Amino acid sequence: MRARRRRTRFVWDAVGLLLFAVIAFPVYWMIASAFKPDDELNGATPTWFSLHPTVSHFRDAINRPFFWDGVKNSLIVVSVTVALSMVLAFLAAVALAKFRFTGRKAFILLIIGIQMLPQAGLIIPLYVVLARYHQVNALSGVIVTYMTFVLPFSVWVLRGFLLGIPKELEEAAMVDGSSRLGAFSRILLPLVAPGLVATSIFAFITTWNEYIFARVLLNDQSKQTATVWLSYFTGTGRNTDWGGLMAGSTLIAVPVIVFFLIVQRKIGFGLTAGAVRG
Amino acid sequence: MSSSEIPGGTAFAAEAAPRPRRRRPLTFARVLRGAAPYLLIAPVVLTIAAILGYPLYHLARLSFQKYGLFELIARHGTSVGWANYSSVLHDPVFRHVLVRTIVFTVANVALAIGIGTLIALLLTKVSSVVRVLLTAGLVLAWAMPPVVAVQVWLWMTERENGVFNYTLTKLHVGDYFQHDWLATPFSQLSVTTSLIVWGAIPFIVVTVYAGLSQVSHELIEAAEMDGARPWRVFKDVTFPILKPIFLILTSLSIIWDFGVFTQPFLLIDQTRINASNELMGIYLYEEGYVKTDFGRGAAISILMLLIVAVLSIVYVRKMVKTGDEAA
Repeated sequence: MRARRRRTRFVWDAVGLLLFAVIAFPVYWMIASAFKPDDELNGATPTWFSLHPTVSHFRDAINRPFFWDGVKNSLIVVSVTVALSMVLAFLAAVALAKFRFTGRKAFILLIIGIQMLPQAGLIIPLYVVLARYHQVNALSGVIVTYMTFVLPFSVWVLRGFLLGIPKELEEAAMVDGSSRLGAFSRILLPLVAPGLVATSIFAFITTWNEYIFARVLLNDQSKQTATVWLSYFTGTGRNTDWGGLMAGSTLIAVPVIVFFLIVQRKIGFGLTAGAVRG
Repeated sequence: MSSSEIPGGTAFAAEAAPRPRRRRPLTFARVLRGAAPYLLIAPVVLTIAAILGYPLYHLARLSFQKYGLFELIARHGTSVGWANYSSVLHDPVFRHVLVRTIVFTVANVALAIGIGTLIALLLTKVSSVVRVLLTAGLVLAWAMPPVVAVQVWLWMTERENGVFNYTLTKLHVGDYFQHDWLATPFSQLSVTTSLIVWGAIPFIVVTVYAGLSQVSHELIEAAEMDGARPWRVFKDVTFPILKPIFLILTSLSIIWDFGVFTQPFLLIDQTRINASNELMGIYLYEEGYVKTDFGRGAAISILMLLIVAVLSIVYVRKMVKTGDEAA
């Protein structure tokens, strides 16, 4: 009986390892290809692991026109969107977590409902309205657009963090004679700081990854974001520079992967629903 | 969730602690405290109203107007009644796209949830080393930006030097020498499906796995002792407990996949996109934005929003309930 159990465990482990290989392979292949010299990339037989790695593709990628513009624009859009959203969302999250009020349910419905709107369905109205206010081809228009989906998500996740704070701590601060504002800034804020960081990073990832609106709203190449830059990499010709493309892909994916690994531990998986899938 | 029940309009928990005195005079402080939640949500509500509410109102109006490039510059459309809607609903392409999108959505959701559930069950069987490794692989897949994943897929399925064709030929699955994966609409949408399912699985695995940890071992062991086969155990013991989780996962996945844009748009390549492979999101983009017929695009958007609204009712109701309970 025990021997059989050990054998089935072994079979499951083998299946698990195989699945790991299949699931992680695309990420491995991207990074491995980025470091391969051209003759290995264009050979009939793929090289699974290059013995002659090169960084020349990375040099090519960052020297391509508009790479740094893309990175700079993405960073501007991401940081402004996240900073504005966090301040506004935090206030609303406090209201949801700490107060009961008429209209609370309607507000929750609004927050959840917005997250269900298909982004493709919003292309036309946002484009037309932003064009009316001369916000097409401007980073400010993209920032405003991103806030429509970062705000509701952030309110929801921050509310979860605020609920996790033990009431006793707040009460203790009150008993000590602190004012409500004092209790808030000295007790609540430090406790919720990790939640704010985690939510910001998730908002960072969502905005950094966003593609459709950046593509539709930004026409000038010097205005486009990093993901749009990458999407134009292949061009229309048949001869794609695969090494350069994989190097560019790696450069754009790495910050996201690193951040994701950081928050994924902190925030727990349950809260991330809807945040990371484009 | 927290069981703290705070009576109406009272500020922080501590406020409720001292015995509340009835019929206090209406002081400025009390009014302020009652207004506090509204002041707190006001910035978010106003921002959303301006950046989403106004465009949505505009969308509804546009869908009844002739609104092209000329009208965009003149900032004025001409009313055409239901013409945009009837033009869309009588467009055979729209009907094909609708059916294709539904089939595509069903296939993607079923595959992602099916495979995801199997992997979650596998995670309960493997040794801890393999579990950590597999979870790490899933997190990697999860973290990949969609636009980047598309580029990697294009490279892997490349005709001449792609690793797919090489591996499939080597494994004697068939002759895939210089096989063009993007040749037929079915193949194009299948490759898109593989990409979407790969990206969707991690979230599903982790959610189902978290749910599985709530199923008691005694219950499963008891069923196994009684001689129940693994499938029966899953169907009669595990599944009923996980049902709410599956409900949420299914409705979320349907909503996401129905409106999918980035992956098929970039994978199939603009030069190859046509009536034979369009999904709803792309059809909307091509008809409304590329052809600058914003009125007609608005009508398609409204139809799409209505379909998704119906699909998401289950999820939204469930979430609103949890959100309301938690305060």
